Amino acid sequence: MDLQSNTGYIGRSIPRREDKRLLLGQGQYIADLTLPGMLHAVFVRSTVAHARIKSVDLSRAAAAPGVRFVMSGIELAKELPPELERVHPLSRVWRETIPHKIFQPREPLLAWDKVRHVGEAVAVVVADNHYLAEDAAELVEVDYELLPPVVDPEAAMRPDSALLHERYGTNVLVEFSMGKGDVDKAFAGAPRTLKRRIYHHRYGAVPMECRGVAAAYDARADAVTIWSSTQVVHRVRGEAAIILGLPEARVRCLALDVGGGFGVKCHIYGEDLVLPYLARRIGRPVRWIEDRREHLQAACHSRDQIHDAEIAFDNTGKILALRDALIMDCGAWNPIGIGIPGNTACHIMGPYKIDNFSVHARAVATNKVPNAPYRGAGRQEAVLVMERLMDLMARELGMEPAAVRRRNLIAAAEMPYSVGIPYRDGQPIVYDSGDYPLALDKALEAVGGLDAFRLRQREARSKGRHLGLGLGFYVEGTGVGPFEGATVRIEPGGKISVGSGACPQGQGMETIYSQITADIWKVKPDDVVVSLADTAVISMGFGTIASRSTVNVSSAIHVASERLRKKVFAIAANMLECAAADLELRDGRVSVVGSPGASVSLADVERASRPGWNHQRPEGVDAGLEETYYWEPPTVTWSYAVHAVVVDVDVELGHVKLEQYVVVHDCGVVVNPMLADGQVMGGTVQGIGGALFEEYSYDAEGQLHTGSLADYLIPTASDVPSFKLLHIESPSRLTPLGVKGLGEGGAIAPPAAIANAVCDALAPFGVEFNATPIKPENIFRAVRRVAS
Amino acid sequence: MKPAPFKFYAPATIDAMVELLAKCGDDGKIIAGGQSLIPTMNFRLARPASLFDVNGVSELDFLRIVSGRLHIGALTRHAAFHRSVVDGPLGHLLTEVARHIGHYPIRQRGTFCGSVAHSDPASEWCAVAATLEADIVARSHAGERVMKGGEYFLGIFSTQLRPEELITEVRLPLLDDSWRAGFYEFSRRAGDFALAMTVAALRIESGRVADARLGIGGVEDRPRRIREAEAALIGAAPDSRALAQAADIASRSVNPLEDPHATAVYRRDLVRTTTLRALERAIAR
Repeated sequence: MDLQSNTGYIGRSIPRREDKRLLLGQGQYIADLTLPGMLHAVFVRSTVAHARIKSVDLSRAAAAPGVRFVMSGIELAKELPPELERVHPLSRVWRETIPHKIFQPREPLLAWDKVRHVGEAVAVVVADNHYLAEDAAELVEVDYELLPPVVDPEAAMRPDSALLHERYGTNVLVEFSMGKGDVDKAFAGAPRTLKRRIYHHRYGAVPMECRGVAAAYDARADAVTIWSSTQVVHRVRGEAAIILGLPEARVRCLALDVGGGFGVKCHIYGEDLVLPYLARRIGRPVRWIEDRREHLQAACHSRDQIHDAEIAFDNTGKILALRDALIMDCGAWNPIGIGIPGNTACHIMGPYKIDNFSVHARAVATNKVPNAPYRGAGRQEAVLVMERLMDLMARELGMEPAAVRRRNLIAAAEMPYSVGIPYRDGQPIVYDSGDYPLALDKALEAVGGLDAFRLRQREARSKGRHLGLGLGFYVEGTGVGPFEGATVRIEPGGKISVGSGACPQGQGMETIYSQITADIWKVKPDDVVVSLADTAVISMGFGTIASRSTVNVSSAIHVASERLRKKVFAIAANMLECAAADLELRDGRVSVVGSPGASVSLADVERASRPGWNHQRPEGVDAGLEETYYWEPPTVTWSYAVHAVVVDVDVELGHVKLEQYVVVHDCGVVVNPMLADGQVMGGTVQGIGGALFEEYSYDAEGQLHTGSLADYLIPTASDVPSFKLLHIESPSRLTPLGVKGLGEGGAIAPPAAIANAVCDALAPFGVEFNATPIKPENIFRAVRRVAS
Repeated sequence: MKPAPFKFYAPATIDAMVELLAKCGDDGKIIAGGQSLIPTMNFRLARPASLFDVNGVSELDFLRIVSGRLHIGALTRHAAFHRSVVDGPLGHLLTEVARHIGHYPIRQRGTFCGSVAHSDPASEWCAVAATLEADIVARSHAGERVMKGGEYFLGIFSTQLRPEELITEVRLPLLDDSWRAGFYEFSRRAGDFALAMTVAALRIESGRVADARLGIGGVEDRPRRIREAEAALIGAAPDSRALAQAADIASRSVNPLEDPHATAVYRRDLVRTTTLRALERAIAR
């Protein structure tokens, strides 16, 4: 690989610059951070699902060895009055065009009036070390007045249900409807219809690194610094400034190396704000490291939607209409408003042409951990619904599932394709580019061809083996706004410095942005300095969520660089005594086109740009070489993929073996193919976990059954199939570099593809799997029921 | 997930260990690999006042054959069985079993005797010890006694072992070449606690089963031999009908536990499959 001169770095599998520190053990996570005089916080968490807090007795804990500070939510609420509601930003267009209602109760920093799920923090203990803090936390006595636990979202909507948030008079926190065409009329005239209840269960991100926060207070400057394992440093800063009554200039938040986020760290948790409060209150740095038990019962869960979906179609397999009613079990709080059900609604139709569509969505409060985005954020549920319906239609018609899909896919020639409903940002959904039929063809080819598979399947069946092929097709709106920014600066010495509010969690952003910046400035990636996840490097930031950072940050770098380049050229033209229009960037220098000898280095231009007596700027050009641009995307750009999986189902055990796994993926221009493959593969493995293993399961009392990694089963190396990954590159029409988002995609399709594959394998038994996870016992029982 | 306070002792000899156990064994725990004990302590489900570390008792680091038995010393790690430790069916069986125990790092630390002392119903080594009627040798200040694998296990985490006793070794009978042994386990993921497992050993003479050992683990509150199934096999030709019949009997004979991963009914059904497959594997050798 030629890294000596710039011949274009976008599209090359450059090794990650992050890996050196990570592989040498020089990465730094919150748990590696030691501050002088640092104390350790442990939270006391509710052991019951729903109760009024009568009193909290801290006296024994306060007297325990090594304890420096204890506080209950009741006391904290007196010092920092809780905000009752704050609605997550919603685009004005969406608000004005979609009939909806939304309640967004604000989770208190520590519970003070009620507890609403097992694991909710009610008090905090600060001690000399984590062991002593845990010893003391056991001595905190909370007196609860038990209330009826609400665990079933459908029961929660009945008038006799207990309420989580009494002031609303209902447990329904979100409700909206959207659609297009005339669904009722289409159903009335349809030759065929089918209806199913499809359930996507509750699971979550469970990153390798749990959450963690450290905070220090500087009395001299009246300032706090927060180190948080978060995906959104600027949001943490903003909230902390409000809570602590400090100007944002006196609050700094930074994330160090983050061992996975996947969405579970994408919003503000009480702990993010309690820690800086404690640091100021106690006058010493305080750290909290979430342990795995806390993570499973206190960090946000995801998915958990019931769909009653109905589809109308003709005898050729053409879809005439789709009607869906979904209920999302949103847990005790609703941290991102309409975010998840909004995503689900927008993505149900997927890559298919559907003229008549309606969806009615409700999010219902229950006594469980709040439901918040996790890699895919509502799209898994949409895709499970659509892709199961596709296979059910195929079975009804005696057609190949792939043929039914082909009958309905949007053709490449129809791009850009107007879907006819608005996205969450309020803009009409337009799939900007792609070739869906090609992706399907490639996927089938990669599993060895459909006919060859059917032959193999028949032969296997005759020997008692049950092979199945399943497809999962999705489209994904990526690069969502409202914005992300970049500050681009020419450093003394000529290196290009890039700062952004994006917060990497292992994606390799430092590498990606250095590749992009190197191409824009015609320098080597090593000449690019990237600073991220720190409020000190840029004034505003949104954070890394929702497959958006490469899309938005690369665009911001592009525009900021373009503006800066004009200034660089103006100064260079002054130095070289030529016209700016005659200049070009080449190998870290600004040269006169056609006479490479006439050039100045970026270091020379930087020196010339400085304020002072000896600058060489032309008249009217300000000092300094720094530009900040906040990219506000017009709307999302659409990635898509087909997953094709071949399973081998052992009906004597109920075991599903993934024999082949193919992903055909299109995320526009690929910046670093190796990292793109890693993203797709990692996401797919998480999706496999959701399809087969991972499950947050609650009992009728609202107690979590899967509260340790012995019961909450994450896929391990031995559960990972061999992958075949294929890329199609359809550049985005909306971004300067043609990139689309990629981070979430892999995780979206596996539950649908695997459910379809298992159903295909077990077709002779006529069983259907319309609910996840697909556990061995469910398979065993379904087969047994039919066989007996 | 930090343990409650405890005292830590690291004796260097068996004598020093049993003396400590005599003094404060009642509210203490012996630690070997710690792969079960430490997580339980971190969850504060176990709160031993003292830990007695056996890892420094170097006289227990052995694995040897003595008069027809394999003697497994208390410091023998699971990983010691990655390769066959003895020629013949037993060595082969132990290799087959070992790869189902947790994951590679766990097998580097956890010990055979520690598993037998802990008595998790889903422990592979406990199933082997119960099925093959191991001798479980324990020492205390009062001396040495030997317990039989078939009687030793009393229930979940419950055995005949007394608080003042240390398991110094477990002895397994060598199986001569007339034996055929097989093992089959099913778990949600590789390395997980078994939903059901079967250990099978058949002695074949002139085409007929002359003797049989068939044990089930991961299903009831303790591993045990299923003597009804063994009886059905003895005297029969080991054909598919006989194996299926034994599997049916095993399935009917168990009284399975229930947990979030498997209902009792499903576990019972799994026993039929694991037993049939363990027997088929045995015969195939």
